[in-house]
Amino acid sequence: MTRLPIRMTVNAENVELLAEPRSHLADLLRGELLLTGTHTGCEHGVCGACTVELDGAPARSCITHAGACDGATVRTIEGFEGDAVMAALREAFTAEHALQCGYCTPGMLVMARDIVLRLPDADEARVREELSGNLCRCTGYRGIVAAVMRVLDRRRGLAGPAASRAA
Amino acid sequence: MKPAPFTYSRPADWGAAVALLQSGARPVAGGQSIGPMLNLRVVQPDAVADLRHLPGFGGVALSGGLCRIGAGTTHAAIEDDAVPGRLGEILAGVARRIAYRPVRNRGTIGGSLAHADPAADWVAVLPAFRGSAVALGPGGERRIALADFVMGLMETALRPDEVLRAIELPTLPAETRWGHWKFCRKPGEFSKATACVLAVPGEVPRAVLAALDEAPLVISDASALLAAPEAEAARIANAVPGLSPWRAALARTALKRAAAMVLETA
Ligand SMILES: Cc1cc2nc3c(=O)[nH]c(=O)nc-3n(C[C@H](O)[C@H](O)[C@H](O)COP(=O)(O)OP(=O)(O)OC[C@H]3O[C@@H](n4cnc5c(N)ncnc54)[C@H](O)[C@@H]3O)c2cc1C
Ligand code: FES
Ligand code: FES
Repeated sequence: MTRLPIRMTVNAENVELLAEPRSHLADLLRGELLLTGTHTGCEHGVCGACTVELDGAPARSCITHAGACDGATVRTIEGFEGDAVMAALREAFTAEHALQCGYCTPGMLVMARDIVLRLPDADEARVREELSGNLCRCTGYRGIVAAVMRVLDRRRGLAGPAASRAA
Repeated sequence: MKPAPFTYSRPADWGAAVALLQSGARPVAGGQSIGPMLNLRVVQPDAVADLRHLPGFGGVALSGGLCRIGAGTTHAAIEDDAVPGRLGEILAGVARRIAYRPVRNRGTIGGSLAHADPAADWVAVLPAFRGSAVALGPGGERRIALADFVMGLMETALRPDEVLRAIELPTLPAETRWGHWKFCRKPGEFSKATACVLAVPGEVPRAVLAALDEAPLVISDASALLAAPEAEAARIANAVPGLSPWRAALARTALKRAAAMVLETA
């Protein structure tokens, strides 16, 4: 089987690997780069477990095949170490019991961060709608929604007059 | 499951893309429909041609009352107002309810139309507009009326060696009225019945009924539907062959609600 040379930036590092065209980004991340934080559930785009940041926006790594990744910039759950929004989300997920087995969590967090940054005014109904592409078999979603709302509310408070005084 | 093996290429220009299609390669845009089909081995192409890097594949341009939307424009770009004016407002509302944001970030308007899933949102909505699909083949470009583009379940007017290059839609006056109803039990799920009604001032109103397991039904004069929504919606839905009673009820209700949205903004 012919393999394709793939160059990507993954979590701010340049990587180069050879991949079968039929393999997908989640395979490359998990199998080649040993970044096993990205999970796969359905492998056809439905469950959201494999969601990573691809060229700056959330995408399904299970239906992004190798060729399409050449030249791409990828950020996986392992790549948010110094990210303030992700730190706030991690804390809120703990406080609100937003995970049990943790299988959906990497995808949930990537999606949650996108919601917080893209939709700063989102209410609970909108958060639920935006999270509807990420399935969780454990929590019943309540804790996850509460965690995202907690971070949104905190940021809305911070963006008020107090924050501008502090700045 | 893994896809059956295939080779990958990334044509640099449109001529190369058409040549690859002539040699039997399967085009791929966002991969959001063909990706799952590859993984499930529903399709097993020997070669795929990735269109995403073609010049002008995505993007929107306005000229002379016509809005040209590159086939590679993503649902997310349209949701985020890539298309200006009243037309853009209408399209953004449709785009926002397609699948989920990570799918919308990659999936394209052209890919959705070329895929021709009868329940897909662009398939259901675009025939309402007096626009065309711009196809490029070995003999050059041709335009196909959007009302004639999808011909059946995953069947389009596109020839195997043609690539869909753009969608051209007339811009719309601010007073254009629009009604759109889509039945899904969960956000992002494929529709069980979709209807839309477009009323452009000074033009005959048009409607589409879709998600029928076949080509969308284009109602090129929806005046009667707007005059007597209840009776007309029932007549139209009941005339669709092969719909089970509950699907016919959903179709009728979708039509009625889309018409009501137009009438409410009268
Ligand atoms: C979980 C999930 C939920 C979804 N829910 C919805 C939904 O609610 N509503 C909805 O409408 N869609 C839904 N979709 C489908 C999604 O909208 C896809 O983005 C879209 O159908 C295909 O666009 P694409 O660019 O990804 O095309 P691809 O998957 O790349 O291609 C699809 C087909 O079109 C052909 N093709 C693509 N581009 C061209 C072109 N320019 N010229 C010629 N042929 C071309 C390909 O050969 C292929 O046969 C969903 C998808 C997923 C994974
Ligand atoms: S594994 Fe990718 S969406 Fe389920
Ligand atoms: S925590 Fe187990 S699937 Fe979500």
